Amino acid sequence: MGNLLSIVTFLPALAALILGLFLRGDDAAAQRNAKWLALIATTATFVISLFILFQFDAGNTGFQMLEEREWLLGLSYRMGVDGISVLFVMLTTFMMPLVIAASWDVSHRVKEYMIAFLVLETLMLGVFMALDLVLFYLFFEAGLIPMFLIIGIWGGKDRIYASFKFFLYTFLGSVLMLVAMVAMYSDAGTTCIGGCDVSLLKHNFASESFSILGVQIIGGMQTMLFIAFFASFAVKMPMWPVHTWLPEAHVQAPTAGSVVLAAILLKMGGYGFLRFSLAMFPVGSDVMANFVFTLSVIAIIYTSLVALVQEDMKKLIAYSSVAHMGYVTMGIFAANQQGVDGAIFQMISHGFISGALFLCVGVIYDRMHTREIDAYGGLVNRMPAYALIFMLFTMANVGLPGTSGFIGEFLTLMGIFQVNTWVAAGAATGVILSAAYALWLYRRVVMGDLIKESLKTIKDMTAREKAIFAPLVVMTIWMGVYPAPILDRTGPAVEALVTKYDTALAAAGRTEADTQVAVAEH
Amino acid sequence: MISADLNIILPEILLSVFAMAALVGAVYSGKDKLAPLLVWITSALFLALAFWIATTGEGTQVAFNGMFVNDGFARFAKVVILMSAGAVLLMSEGYMQRRGLLRFEYPLLITLAAVGMMMMVSAGDLMALYMGLELQSLSLYVVASLRRDSAKSTEAGLKYFVLGALSSGLLLYGASLTYGFAGTTLFSGIIQTATDGDMPVGLLIGLTMLIAGLAFKVSAVPFHMWTPDVYEGSPTPVTAFFATAPKVAAMALFARLMHDAFGEATSDWGQVIALLSVLSMFLGAIAAIGQRDIKRLMAYSSIAHMGYALMGLAAGTELGVQAMLIYMAIYVTMNVGTFAFILSMERDGQPVTDIQSLGMYSTKEPGKALAMLVLLFSLAGVPPLVGFFGKLYVLRAAYDAGLAWLAVAGVVASVIGAFYYLRIVYYMYFGQDREDALDGGKSPVLWGFLMVSAVIMVAGVVNLFGIEGAAQAAAATLVN
Repeated sequence: MGNLLSIVTFLPALAALILGLFLRGDDAAAQRNAKWLALIATTATFVISLFILFQFDAGNTGFQMLEEREWLLGLSYRMGVDGISVLFVMLTTFMMPLVIAASWDVSHRVKEYMIAFLVLETLMLGVFMALDLVLFYLFFEAGLIPMFLIIGIWGGKDRIYASFKFFLYTFLGSVLMLVAMVAMYSDAGTTCIGGCDVSLLKHNFASESFSILGVQIIGGMQTMLFIAFFASFAVKMPMWPVHTWLPEAHVQAPTAGSVVLAAILLKMGGYGFLRFSLAMFPVGSDVMANFVFTLSVIAIIYTSLVALVQEDMKKLIAYSSVAHMGYVTMGIFAANQQGVDGAIFQMISHGFISGALFLCVGVIYDRMHTREIDAYGGLVNRMPAYALIFMLFTMANVGLPGTSGFIGEFLTLMGIFQVNTWVAAGAATGVILSAAYALWLYRRVVMGDLIKESLKTIKDMTAREKAIFAPLVVMTIWMGVYPAPILDRTGPAVEALVTKYDTALAAAGRTEADTQVAVAEH
Repeated sequence: MISADLNIILPEILLSVFAMAALVGAVYSGKDKLAPLLVWITSALFLALAFWIATTGEGTQVAFNGMFVNDGFARFAKVVILMSAGAVLLMSEGYMQRRGLLRFEYPLLITLAAVGMMMMVSAGDLMALYMGLELQSLSLYVVASLRRDSAKSTEAGLKYFVLGALSSGLLLYGASLTYGFAGTTLFSGIIQTATDGDMPVGLLIGLTMLIAGLAFKVSAVPFHMWTPDVYEGSPTPVTAFFATAPKVAAMALFARLMHDAFGEATSDWGQVIALLSVLSMFLGAIAAIGQRDIKRLMAYSSIAHMGYALMGLAAGTELGVQAMLIYMAIYVTMNVGTFAFILSMERDGQPVTDIQSLGMYSTKEPGKALAMLVLLFSLAGVPPLVGFFGKLYVLRAAYDAGLAWLAVAGVVASVIGAFYYLRIVYYMYFGQDREDALDGGKSPVLWGFLMVSAVIMVAGVVNLFGIEGAAQAAAATLVN
């Protein structure tokens, strides 16, 4: 199976094409067929993607399962996975069948809905596998189109505003990255990210400082490129202060859209930081690290505080996502084994946890058609199963030991502690705050007496809903109790990345002392 | 060798003879009854000529002592011009027919305009340039006011004519200054005098005037004022024509003049064109936001797109010319599809151009709405659609030529521009249902062009249909 990666990537798109061309009508039968076809396609994708996991050799730090074909403009269609990307691929294929299953009650333009999600899956998988700069950009940007439509067509009341904001915000971020990519192509003469003789990962971008219009740019070209990529990935992550599109998009998107957004799309930013910023612009990353730390700590503390006062459940979880992504950026730019391992772990774990939390909101939204926290209370009396599952994921979100959330937060904090104690101290307060807003949310929604009339007839989770949550529960606890399988796969690749980073910094003469000077000049 | 010369311009001669013969034939026989037939014949002739030019013709041939150049660059431009003109003619037949606008002059004037455009892209001399340009412009002035009983259409024609005459005047003034200081009107002679750094001031002013005249023809800011009014006032098929073939011809002529005549003075004109480019991109993006009329919107859209094409030209390199050619070919393909959609926008048989009338179009016509969606995202330059590759090429050319600031400005403008394309998507997909919905639109021709164009936008991601190599060869013959 030389084309394994391409098969996995394009299988959902193929299913979308079949849906689009051959499925006629909008009656109940056609809707059912669309749902089943989408579910089968995503499940098949997941099953085939398991082969990627089995074939993957963790000891090999390079790219594996390479595919290459000639393309335009001296570019090539090049796909491959390494220890950093393989888990994101698995996360995507794992989440998509659940997302489709969670959309079973959609009744408005079902065929288009399924097509949008299937195309989106292809594009997301492409992002994590692309090994050509422009191919990466292609997948990265193209994902905006289906997501724009998902929010805009199937979203809530203010969906128009949210969809435009989502599209334009992220589009603005990424076009700057496009210019940077053109610059990289020009400088390195190749668009190959890795896995070929001349690649961007092996290329050393100039890091001699220069000045533009009298402003001294420490780290030179690397810093410029870093900033351009940062503009894109920081919006995608999203980092404070460019996170404002996320709560809007989450609140307005349909449940499945929120799940995809939180579980997978946000991870593209973190993946981009690892693949490009840290690996290709080590000096630039080092120069900007304190800036990133500052934003991360602000994100962790500030958005946690904002989450405390939210009245909309989805908004609360959206802000909590921003806070958790703060740990990720912090861990990545700590640029040591624990930090980067922890960041990847945190992203995977957050994929499951936040996805599950949005699904939890979806469960009661489907019944009551409101996301207002005040509209609920005492659900435990009528929905014991729901209360249990919601509690598990609330605890995981808080980072309770024994759940996957704990491992990620702990590793990133450990990583950052070696670099900057103050940042670690600031970020650690976020753990307390997250406990505050998450537990308070849980208390208001689930605990207490059931006094609201409208809730007196609410029904507990159906078998289908339980089936959707089951894999997420298993993954969250398993990763929390026994994280080794994940860390074993990321470990060698991360080690290679960190070594390369340290070597590059040493070669550029940037030691600890230099970093301090750079900060002082700020 | 007069026979050898004639051989080189055989396609132009054929088209001219056809136009004359058809004119005489139509006047003395069925007149407007022949018009549909003429449209089909003319389109077929365009496509046949395009095929002929694309498959024959080797190297660079020069006729009439350098007045007329038939090289790879000209051939590339001619193929694009002829194909788009043929496509637009075919699309317009049904629309014009139903509104009683299909006079036999229409295909003939388009033919003459096509001859003019082919002259323009092959011009090797300022006089040949001017003749081609005027032949094209005069035909277009008439076509713009084809709907004789409509005040808007005649106003469009008149506006176009008056402003066009002004720009022709500027161009002629520039040409005479150039002649005065260079001593010749031949491009191959001018390039001897026009060297980097020490150009005579008169020649510099001549160059600026020439650029101003040509900027008018490509509707680059600040010479764009005529575009929205003319686009809005002209009958829609004519607007579709304005948006496609003449733009290609004018851009190609622009490139030829700059490189063949002023190729040694790149730094002198590069900055002027870079300025035109950045202004066009931003004005096109910002001014379109307020538009409700899809034809006006497309006018601003084309201004913005010309800005991107000019970005390639501003680079002043071979890569830049290649990027510009690819951009124009892609731009034309997108516009043909988009205008096929606009032509099919009707309510009770009457054309509609208000974008709000598209409310929830996607539920009534899912196929057409999806095709239009693809075209709109392509126009906005969102990957993986082909429109993105056009932008990628020009960005790369600009960056490599040291115009990083222009590239950054371009991508920022493209984000602003994305807004109004998205708004059309919004009406089609997210909007409100409307009582006065648009008709289904049954024209198979329009449907075909819309679908083919949309499919090209998606499928082109594989290899751009080999256009890259052709454009590279064309650019190499121009810049050497």
